[in-house]
Amino acid sequence: MTAQSETLALDKPRSPRRPAARRSNFELYSWVFMRISGLALVVLVLGHLFIMNILDGGVHRLNFAFVAGRWASPFWQFWDLAMLWLAQLHGGNGLRTIIDDYARRDSTRFWLKMLLYVSMVLILFVGTLVIFTFDPDIPAS
Amino acid sequence: MSTTASTAGEAGASDRAGASRRTGTFYRGDPGMWSWVLHRITGVLTFFFLFVHVLDTALVRVSPNAYDEVIETYKNPVVNLLEVALVGAVLYHALNGIRVLLVDFWSRGTQFQRPMLWTIIGVWVLVMVPGTYFMLERTVSELFGGGN
Repeated sequence: MTAQSETLALDKPRSPRRPAARRSNFELYSWVFMRISGLALVVLVLGHLFIMNILDGGVHRLNFAFVAGRWASPFWQFWDLAMLWLAQLHGGNGLRTIIDDYARRDSTRFWLKMLLYVSMVLILFVGTLVIFTFDPDIPAS
Repeated sequence: MSTTASTAGEAGASDRAGASRRTGTFYRGDPGMWSWVLHRITGVLTFFFLFVHVLDTALVRVSPNAYDEVIETYKNPVVNLLEVALVGAVLYHALNGIRVLLVDFWSRGTQFQRPMLWTIIGVWVLVMVPGTYFMLERTVSELFGGGN
């Protein structure tokens, strides 16, 4: 009797198929996203850092006119837009993992993630708006 | 991320438990573990910088003068040093990220995880030496070169 109730603890042990997963595959997709976006960001971010910080005088030549010159080209607009979205989602997902790993209380975890998601929405919104509405002829001050 | 951490446990669970009792740490301190720790730290620092950087760039929508004033801080000698640190952090994160990809998707990736770590550290040094030179060239010559 006891032995039988123990075997019953395994639900349908010889069933040919496993029951359908109850939860979503979100963690799998985010794992895949980290690798694909990471590969793209290697090119986008290292290229950005090389142009902005190292090439031809680095940061000392940066000013409004420099930005206006670059964003006159759709190529660099697209580069920066892709970099903004991929970096924000890649970094946001990384911080989500870190919060899950180290936050000990459920309420701490919840509020840290809320802070993270709000900042991600803010940065994605402001960054996208700036790229799409940039005006090189805006008044000087 | 978890993939890199698990490479530190190659030696086996019982060995790790023994090390845990002796030293009071869960991991055995394999270089693979430190590469993972450094990956997290550089990632978080870069994310925080990105937050500031998108907001400072957003000043182009306020006025050219407002943008130029804030961009001047990037040319300050101290901030210039921080930029070297940022480039170093991002470069490590990128190189180690490629290593993580190889560990995950290359059939012999786990076998070569440690030589790959020494390789990326070598590449990091090879890029950072000339990179640091070009990033600090102007700041150093203005500070110590007597205004040439």
